[in-house]
Amino acid sequence: MLKLPVYLDYNATTPCDPRVVEAMLPYFSETFGNASSRNHSFGWAAEAAVDLAREQVAALIGADPKEIIFTSGATEADNLAMKGVFEMYADKGNHIITTEIEHKAVLDTCKHLEKLGAEITYLKVNSEGFPDLKELEAAITPKTILVSIMYANNEIGVINPIKEISAIAKRHGVLMMSDISQAAGKVPVDVNRDGIDLAAFSAHKLYGTKGAGALYVRRKSPRVKVTAQMDGGGHERGMRSGTLNVPGIVAFGKACELCQQEMEAEGQRLAALRDKLENALLQLEETVVNGSKANRLPHATNISFRYVEGEALMMGFNKNLALSSGSACTSASPEPSYVLKGLGLSDDMAHSSIRFALGRFTTEEEIDYAIQTVTDTVNKLREISPLWEMFKEGADMSSIEWSRL
Amino acid sequence: MLMAYAERVLDYYNNPRNAGTLDKSSPQVGTGLIHVPEYVEVVRIQIEVSPKRHVIMDARFKTFGCGAAIAATSITTEWLKGKTIEEAARLDHMDIVEALSLPPAKIHTTILIEDAVKAAINDYRFKNGLEPISEEVPEEGYELEEEHN
Repeated sequence: MLKLPVYLDYNATTPCDPRVVEAMLPYFSETFGNASSRNHSFGWAAEAAVDLAREQVAALIGADPKEIIFTSGATEADNLAMKGVFEMYADKGNHIITTEIEHKAVLDTCKHLEKLGAEITYLKVNSEGFPDLKELEAAITPKTILVSIMYANNEIGVINPIKEISAIAKRHGVLMMSDISQAAGKVPVDVNRDGIDLAAFSAHKLYGTKGAGALYVRRKSPRVKVTAQMDGGGHERGMRSGTLNVPGIVAFGKACELCQQEMEAEGQRLAALRDKLENALLQLEETVVNGSKANRLPHATNISFRYVEGEALMMGFNKNLALSSGSACTSASPEPSYVLKGLGLSDDMAHSSIRFALGRFTTEEEIDYAIQTVTDTVNKLREISPLWEMFKEGADMSSIEWSRL
Repeated sequence: MLMAYAERVLDYYNNPRNAGTLDKSSPQVGTGLIHVPEYVEVVRIQIEVSPKRHVIMDARFKTFGCGAAIAATSITTEWLKGKTIEEAARLDHMDIVEALSLPPAKIHTTILIEDAVKAAINDYRFKNGLEPISEEVPEEGYELEEEHN
């Protein structure tokens, strides 16, 4: 029996898995101690729980538990990594390389660092969503201290060739950072295989809770250090002060453990459902997938329905179907997604895009419902779209006679 | 943000009145087709005018844009029906904003619609040898709610 509304926005956030909730519940009222209280059993119990979670989180990405710094989420971890490296390695240089389609947590941190004297290179990406690796290498200077490139993009799900990227960084003695928020727990991420020195991720993207996340900081070859961005009790090896969010961290650990156990089977199941959804929607005329189809997350797709505006499309079903659009018609001049613009999409095609992100609790019935609902709404809106009518009449957009006032 | 829309917007979005196409080659039909830069919003308004008193007999629209843009164009075509072209030329975009309780971020869309209405009237006037309407802002707008049929 289909239960409405259907949630297909798992790249935005995920529900907490019931097994995760069960694991964290005792840490609210029973085992409530401060993990830094070294002198009594309440503190020891909390510390033991955090230690286990640290192992679970580290195991998911092939790290050592000592390399995990707990934070409030990926945004804080991104900030700590980039600002912390910028301060710590100021003697070496001030140049950071990233891409135009990073998450705002990285891009806005770059903007902040620019004000403090950093030089930032924002690499362009091609129509598939990938940066040019030759351009990356050419951008490296003796002043370059960090390359920060996301593992998988949140809007289009495209997975970057992180191993190749990190090899270039390593060759030039530059640190490699990656925001792995969308990839961790969904596809195998291994900081050693992938050559990552710093990695930011979040619990709520992988069926943990909001308000917990981590920064991976490499300890060996090279030993990486970041300057703390918050002053206080010197928690987390001095890199992140603040009393640990024990229930959130326990949940994060359990969530990572479950992801690791179920990743392979879950990835296959979701890829099949995603492909079913995508193939059905591509039956509609003038419909295209944005970004690489070859190398991307198994649960995500981003589709533009030409001649239909994304926000209007969502209004047709947003009571019953939760999706995300590349169109943000909220300001006086509507700005489409910078990620899709970065791929070279025209404004109207970026405005016509919808992001579908499936997850652990997505069923085939829900996918069937989404196919039907989106197809019907696209057809309905095309019926009242002047651009669709002109296209059907064979009009060339450049030859249309627009009214003059 | 979508949650904030008035019920009326949803009503006109879900059941758009007067969506469709009139024969643009007819001398009785005026067509206004306006877009914003990069074609992220396109509005077409067509009016069919009785030649005797220049009364708008029928009005049709098609819109590429967000849900509010669709609803706003639809409600405007309802208002147009039965107006003389002189009356219709006095349409003020703020009347559309008020009729649908649109948020400030959507005002640009109603300006586009006002432009499309005026372009449709001028297209009709041009076809029938009349001077184009002036660009002056009318002193009083019409209440959209009172007069649709």
